Amino acid sequence: MSNQDRPLSPHLQVYRPQITSVLSIAHRATGIVLAAGLLLLLWWLAAAAAGPDAFGTAQAAAGSFLGRLFLFGWTFALFYHLCNGIRHLFWDMGRGFELDTVSMTGWLAVGSAAVLTVLAWVLAYASMGALR
Amino acid sequence: MSLRTPLGRVRGLGSAKEGTAHWWAQRLTAVALVPLVLWFAVSLIVLTGADHATVAAWLRDPVAAVLMLLLILAGFHHAQLGVQVVIEDYVHSEGLKLTLVTAVRFAAVALGIGAAFSVLKIAIGG
Repeated sequence: MSNQDRPLSPHLQVYRPQITSVLSIAHRATGIVLAAGLLLLLWWLAAAAAGPDAFGTAQAAAGSFLGRLFLFGWTFALFYHLCNGIRHLFWDMGRGFELDTVSMTGWLAVGSAAVLTVLAWVLAYASMGALR
Repeated sequence: MSLRTPLGRVRGLGSAKEGTAHWWAQRLTAVALVPLVLWFAVSLIVLTGADHATVAAWLRDPVAAVLMLLLILAGFHHAQLGVQVVIEDYVHSEGLKLTLVTAVRFAAVALGIGAAFSVLKIAIGG
């Protein structure tokens, strides 16, 4: 028997994006990005273990324009997933479910992630001596 | 009156036979990763642009090596658990789902051990 003609519940795209739903899928998306980023971590560590030549290649790739662009995105993904993950841990304890709280902590997670990302990059450039 | 067997009640796993093990492991690794990730971020900031000798010296410090191994263990485990849930949510063909979940698990273990081996090689092997 065909299921084709049965009524369907509304598809995802008819709903207006809300802070809750957007941040929820962003948590999953950044999680995937970070899982892929683990390959980068493996490459960095394996290059360091292989010796100065391999490590130099990895450092040069990471320091290139494209490398920095990816690392910047990865930094934001990391801090967003971290901040929103802490939000999730509070939900797991049964706290913070009121609508205004959910919205406030959502913006707080995004804001904190943005601040931490910029801060990390400013400090990284400073530690490299580029800002002196 | 419950129709469950005494053993079933003690195990408390329900019909899925899995209970909350996956969910709990995801949370445990998440809690562990909060300080580990912050430590790693600070380390990377300090190491920005560092040459091979500096990075190798950093990993020869036992505290850094152990924290790095913990980060690798918790990180790869957490990633594997997360990606598995994404696959289970979006892949509806049973065969493909099983294949992908298995492949991700194998990859997480293999790559995680590769990363840990790299750390140990530097920390112990010089």
